[in-house]
Amino acid sequence: MYAFTYHRPGTLDEAVKLLADEDAKLLAGGHTLLPTMKLRLASPSHIVDLSRVPGLRGIEFKGGTIEIGAMTQHGEVANSKVVQEQLPALAHMAKLIGDPAVRHMGTIGGSIANNDPTADYPAASMALEAAIVTNKRSIPADAFFKGLFETALEPEEIITKVQFKPLKVAAYQKFRNQASRYALVGVFVAKRDGNVRVAVTGAGGNGVFRVKSFEDALKKDFSPKALEGLTVSAEGLNSDIHGSAEYRAHLIGVMARRAVADALAR
Amino acid sequence: MPVVSMTVNGKAVSADVDPRTLLVQFLRENLRLTGTHVGCDTSQCGCCVVHVDGRAVKSCTLLALTAEGAKVTTIEGLAGANDPLHPMQEAFRENHGLQCGFCTPGMIMTAIDMVNRKGNDLDERTIREELEGNLCRCTGYHNIVKSIAAGAKAMGGTRVAAE
Repeated sequence: MYAFTYHRPGTLDEAVKLLADEDAKLLAGGHTLLPTMKLRLASPSHIVDLSRVPGLRGIEFKGGTIEIGAMTQHGEVANSKVVQEQLPALAHMAKLIGDPAVRHMGTIGGSIANNDPTADYPAASMALEAAIVTNKRSIPADAFFKGLFETALEPEEIITKVQFKPLKVAAYQKFRNQASRYALVGVFVAKRDGNVRVAVTGAGGNGVFRVKSFEDALKKDFSPKALEGLTVSAEGLNSDIHGSAEYRAHLIGVMARRAVADALAR
Repeated sequence: MPVVSMTVNGKAVSADVDPRTLLVQFLRENLRLTGTHVGCDTSQCGCCVVHVDGRAVKSCTLLALTAEGAKVTTIEGLAGANDPLHPMQEAFRENHGLQCGFCTPGMIMTAIDMVNRKGNDLDERTIREELEGNLCRCTGYHNIVKSIAAGAKAMGGTRVAAE
């Protein structure tokens, strides 16, 4: 890694002030930022470690909304009774991230703020119409994810929590890279009040996206059969040694059908 | 350079560190606890797994400074030099759970964390799933799984004869 100055603020205000330097980067669980810095693909001059800022961890069910603190680790989301009961698909998805040790450190806030094209939470947030709450405002998921590694977050803005509404008919199916277990293709399907959302991660060259043709078909008939014969174009999809764009396009169909079957079984 | 202080294997330690120092480097280079290994350096292989405040973490993906004030346990901390092996270590010995041994400290630390979270009665499927973050190039995993099942039982107080 290139050299940096390390800061460990004790309050959210302190953390925000430290972000005034435009070459400062927030450190949450570190399981994306540190590997990136070790490869020298990122070299912020200042690291602002959020691990001691109070009030950013924990899961609550308040007024019919599931509130997950931005620094809550994936393992905590996976094991949370509240999430397992109110939004089981999210707990299932969190359990599929990385591995047990990674899930002890990686956070929902970090995953969403980074908008890595292979992260799982962006797909969940889009499909479940989550609200991303920061120190300044609340941003609906549809307005939050702007493109590859790009979000609506402003320079001195920190995610404090993410809000989800309970939902039973929802599921996530993920085709995992064999070594690191990130999503080669991940599809989150959610059916709420007659509307259906299908959000895809891992495949898109521009990050998470929704598949309108799948959503329209599932709105008429929410079953795997409704998706038969429907395809996604390989254009604009990622292509690398782990999978060609054509293969990912094929996997989107497979994972979507499996997710619908999974959602029906809940 | 900033100072970092933590407790490692029951002993309070403190040192000046370059902020870039990873926990695995601090343990190996500052403290000479070389049982924790750097395998892939990319958070995949699990050779670097230690316990921080009671939970398994990949020490190659944690800044030493983030572990300020934490209680860290490494493979060396499982048993004193003149003590009998920890039941999980003993199970790996009895069940031929290692060949070159490079992944073994990480396997054992992950195994103990697994037992802490999932109890002493671990079936094969659970063990294999929980080991997704630990890679082994030598053994093909079968004896590692056997060792962990036996070690888990032994940690609960029941000894299992090696096959």
